[in-house]
Amino acid sequence: MIRLSLAALALSSAVISAAPVLAETHTIAPGEGAQERLQEALILAEPGDEIVLEAGRYALTDGLSLDVDGVTLRGAGMDASVLDFTQQVGAGEGLLVTSDDVTLRGFAVENAKGDGIKSKGADQIIYDAVRVEWTGGPDANNGAYGIYPVEASNVLVQNSYVRGASDAGIYVGQSENIIVRGNYVLENVAGIEIENSNFAEVTENLATKNTGGILVFDLPGLPKVGGGSVLVAKNAIVDNNTDNFAPEGNIVASVPAGTGVMVMANERVQIRENSIFNNKTSHVMLIAYTQEFDDERYQPRPVEIALKGNIYGSGGSAPDFPGGEMLAAVLGGALPPVLTDGLHQGLYVFDNVPVVTLGLTQVGQSISEAAPTMWEKPDEFSFKDLEPVELPATMMTRLK
Amino acid sequence: MNRAGLALAGAMAVLCAGVVTSTTARTPVSVNNVAIMEGLPKQLSDFGFFYRPRSQQSLQAVPYSLNTPLYSDGAAKLRFAYVPHGKQVIADGDGLLQFPVGSALIKTFAFGEGADRRLIETRVLLHRANGWLALPYLWNEEQSDARLAVAGARLDITTSAGEDISYRVPNKNQCKQCHVKDGEVTPIGPKARNLSSDWLGEMVDEGRLSALPDGADTMPDWTMRDGADTATLARAYLDVNCAHCHQPGSMASNSGLDLRWEQDDPHAIGIRKPPVAAGRGAGGHAVSIEPGDADASIMVHRMGSTEPGVAMPELGKGTVDTEGLAVIREWIAEMEPQ
Repeated sequence: MIRLSLAALALSSAVISAAPVLAETHTIAPGEGAQERLQEALILAEPGDEIVLEAGRYALTDGLSLDVDGVTLRGAGMDASVLDFTQQVGAGEGLLVTSDDVTLRGFAVENAKGDGIKSKGADQIIYDAVRVEWTGGPDANNGAYGIYPVEASNVLVQNSYVRGASDAGIYVGQSENIIVRGNYVLENVAGIEIENSNFAEVTENLATKNTGGILVFDLPGLPKVGGGSVLVAKNAIVDNNTDNFAPEGNIVASVPAGTGVMVMANERVQIRENSIFNNKTSHVMLIAYTQEFDDERYQPRPVEIALKGNIYGSGGSAPDFPGGEMLAAVLGGALPPVLTDGLHQGLYVFDNVPVVTLGLTQVGQSISEAAPTMWEKPDEFSFKDLEPVELPATMMTRLK
Repeated sequence: MNRAGLALAGAMAVLCAGVVTSTTARTPVSVNNVAIMEGLPKQLSDFGFFYRPRSQQSLQAVPYSLNTPLYSDGAAKLRFAYVPHGKQVIADGDGLLQFPVGSALIKTFAFGEGADRRLIETRVLLHRANGWLALPYLWNEEQSDARLAVAGARLDITTSAGEDISYRVPNKNQCKQCHVKDGEVTPIGPKARNLSSDWLGEMVDEGRLSALPDGADTMPDWTMRDGADTATLARAYLDVNCAHCHQPGSMASNSGLDLRWEQDDPHAIGIRKPPVAAGRGAGGHAVSIEPGDADASIMVHRMGSTEPGVAMPELGKGTVDTEGLAVIREWIAEMEPQ
């Protein structure tokens, strides 16, 4: 017995020394008890482990959560492995991630009662080929955000699909070092929104049939304010004319239907080489924050905004804001591709398109006091490219 | 326990199998300090907190109550603090008592009165060498013991008010969602300001607490709230029921809403504050608190809802706390309109 025990001890010693490098794969199948089995796997996972969702539909009643660093949650594809929250009765989101270095790929979250997938304070997170969808399409009762990383450094959202969010399909908030690329956002209020964030690249996305295609916002009174250094490039921003279905009270509820790109507050936003077509209010809209605020840190105007190399299609023929139709009529039936409220500081329009200004002179001034005129481009301006956003090499390794 | 630990435990079990003649577990008569410090004990009885589990009798864990408690669907809560022999809790002003490593905070949730009382779950917070760990335990039918339920559970329960609800036992992550501050798990309840001077005084007399701090026992006794100042009641309620998420460094920090007792910036506590990420939770209202108009306040709207995505708090709530909501409504209604 003693000899046997010693052998057992020796065996377990070998396991001990090997344990830190032995990442495990835990495979979960749909069916009876999926809620508990999946949640338990998410809790008991060790750093480096992979949790694999077999193809099929997982009927879930409560939000899921992951709080272990370095875990990958991988499905058999965004149409194959579906986390179905149609019967959800608890929690504020479908999946919540609160740990670092997490990879989410190849699965779907459907009909979450609150947000789809939220990651909070989760640094180096990758969302890859994930689908978040409210399957009934636009509805004020849908959850607010589809893909929702907030308060993080190093965020990558790519090749994903979001439909039906009653706020923003992909929303990155109070974060820095962000890449959002190659996604398809359809029939959300805002397709993609970068809010109170710095150093972001939003590239090669298709934003269509949203209320507004791509929004770059900065709001006062939050832990992190002073958003900026945002590149919006090489996106297709088309037919974003869906009636605004955001619940009242939210900032995006004020976005006019037919908005291509909207910048509110922020410093150094560059809109380059996008194709912007058939947005009925305005292809590019630059405005200052309109509400009262009491935050010394906050800068409410759009500052140093550049437009270069974009292709603009028809649009601006039915502006969805008070007085918009009259303004369009005066301007020959449609608003020009670029609209500013007049409160910007530093506007660099390389594109050969007309710009209309509402002629506001004070932050918070009512739009009823607008004195629209065509904006005259300054003869000379200097302009510097933004530094490219670099994500840590370890994130790139995880993509392979 | 990490894998190395499990492997070692496995090896130990093999080693011990040769020498232990009986596998019958000994009924613990005293608290198992090792269970507090290591591993993921499978049964609540492994800790040895209670010598009579069903009636929640403990010799070494000290029962306590809070002046203003957290609402949990009307569940009765039995709270205990265990401090290892020879160690002392340090008072830190009116805030959270600083429990030494090796301590445990235990909270049992029950529905029903007297002989009909059923224990549903017990949540333990263990102060280990590397920080606090939160674990949920689910009671068995026989009410003899509770088992570790890291994934939580959902149970059909009839509340004390006679309402049939689907009651959520939180999973381990959900425990942390409320108990996290700056990335670390921390206790929430036992703050000096929300504990009675009598209890704190006894702890001092017994040498278990360093001092009776200034600011102790300043939060109102919720059971005696008739005639109390509405604003004080409301701020105590928000501190206890909401501020564990709504403060800097906690789960809802990104909302910018800070509902701590000590916060005195009107905007931070929600007065005329627009929502950030409330989505349909905003319910068509423009601000968290509209002074003088409770019905136009997002706070009231969300507290009054049980619908996921709207309801606040997000976790641990299947029913509306009508009494708490009434206090908040009255507080907002009494504010000078702006």
